[in-house]
Amino acid sequence: MHQLDARLKVPLVIVFILATSLVPIGAWPFYLLLIAVLLSSEILSDLGVLFFLKRAVLALPFVLAALPVLFTQVGTVWISLPFGLAITAQGVERFISVALKAWISIQAAILLASTTPFPDILLALRAMRLPKVLVSIIGLMWRYLFVIVDETIRMMNARSSRSGASSDPSHRQGGSVVWRAKVTGGMAGNLFIRSIERSDRIYHAMLSRGYDGEIRHLPLPAIPSIQWWIFIWSLLTLVVMVVLSRVLWG
Amino acid sequence: MNFSPVHMHIPDGFLSVPLSIVLWLISIAVIAVATRRVSQDLGEREVPVMGVLAAAIFAGQMLNFSVTGGTSGHLMGAALATILLGPWAAVLIMTCVVGIQALIFQDGGLLALGANLFNMAVIGPFVSYAVYRFLQRVSGGQKWGVFVGSFLAAWASIFIASLAVALQLALSGTSPANIALPAMGGIHALIGIGEGLITLGAVSLIYASRRDLLKLGEPQPKGSTLIWVGGTLLALLLAVLSPLASSHPDGLEWVAEQAGFLERASEPSFTLIPDYVFPGVSNEVLATIIAGVLGTLLVLGVALGVAYLRRQKTA
Repeated sequence: MHQLDARLKVPLVIVFILATSLVPIGAWPFYLLLIAVLLSSEILSDLGVLFFLKRAVLALPFVLAALPVLFTQVGTVWISLPFGLAITAQGVERFISVALKAWISIQAAILLASTTPFPDILLALRAMRLPKVLVSIIGLMWRYLFVIVDETIRMMNARSSRSGASSDPSHRQGGSVVWRAKVTGGMAGNLFIRSIERSDRIYHAMLSRGYDGEIRHLPLPAIPSIQWWIFIWSLLTLVVMVVLSRVLWG
Repeated sequence: MNFSPVHMHIPDGFLSVPLSIVLWLISIAVIAVATRRVSQDLGEREVPVMGVLAAAIFAGQMLNFSVTGGTSGHLMGAALATILLGPWAAVLIMTCVVGIQALIFQDGGLLALGANLFNMAVIGPFVSYAVYRFLQRVSGGQKWGVFVGSFLAAWASIFIASLAVALQLALSGTSPANIALPAMGGIHALIGIGEGLITLGAVSLIYASRRDLLKLGEPQPKGSTLIWVGGTLLALLLAVLSPLASSHPDGLEWVAEQAGFLERASEPSFTLIPDYVFPGVSNEVLATIIAGVLGTLLVLGVALGVAYLRRQKTA
């Protein structure tokens, strides 16, 4: 997993997620198949399946959005509830399918992010013909992200140390809601000003090192042919699976 | 690290494929225009300025303040970026922020990224710009127009984007319109107040300390008419469409069915395990359970097999 070139891995993960979305509602055997593929890759990545399960929790809150489907799908009534609500079999089927699809997709995305160093992802974006400027901006953003996050954390520490923060939950720090919002706004504005000034310094540093508006990249290294075979083979499998699932479950 | 407190990032699996593709195409088109405009405006400075400010908006989303009882106000940043840098630059910045969130932090899906970009990097800046411009005009360039404008622009960017999210979910058949729209809209009408207050605070600080950064008296960037007309239309369309859709969810479902022609595949020609029931077992419930257990065992078997092979290899 770690060795597969990012230029193949990124499209492969996207196709995997696309395939997951295209499998029809209620095609359970194909969900299992997708999970099997995913679990195998997770084991191959040597990161431990638990790692993925923990991080996949991120997507859970959004499942709430699909909850009403339980009641609104027309179909065989399973459980009748007061207020004229009823849970239908079709509703349950749809809800579980959506939740499973989301869960499978997010694990695939986690797999990609956790087995690929960021420079390789940039390489993949370049190979996918994203405009050079956009790739450079994303690269620079990534480089300064942690600097600015640290700056933000320092500002937040400063705020708590100046506004009477306490670990006692009933003790509210700072003044009224509007006052607190204003302080936070001031922090956001301050962060913005500092970033603008920092970008000035970075620009001058870049200029003094010969920057002329063109970001120069190393040429893209070649992809080993065996990885091409893995890639094409996986793509074909996914396509066959989607077609089969659509024929069988329509 | 949870960088994104505003729950507006749609994960994969919630949107239908045709809708995802359409929204991808729209977002790509807008971003392409934005890239060209920004390079014209900023020239060789665009990479450092856009990169660092995208990082700042990303980090700024960590800033929060407690409102009451565990809820807190947060920043999305689309409106702030729009007011300070103009709409095209904001489109670019939000694109980078939302893209990184999807690629690295799994905030929002990859297939759904087109939709998330549309909601946060297109609707956000466009609507903010339309509202902000409108208040600038009304106030005749006076001070209060800046402040009221920044509050309202931030609020509208959150509210309208949330309506878009709800509509997309409804169109995909994931969430019925008559429940999703009022719920999403209602929650985000409140969240938007937090966004508005923070944006207002940020803009007033910059107004007091670095007024030169606020692009007030400068000539409007090229193509701005397009944006504020587009933003107004988007806002109006979503605002009008939403109550319509939520009072006539059937109509939306009809649209979804028409649009979701890809979902309308042929009837099953033959079935492997008919109606999820195992052949040869008469009790339906039992058969379903057996089918489920068998499938699960199969998956476990494959996974264990891979793990076993792996261990042998490394040993």
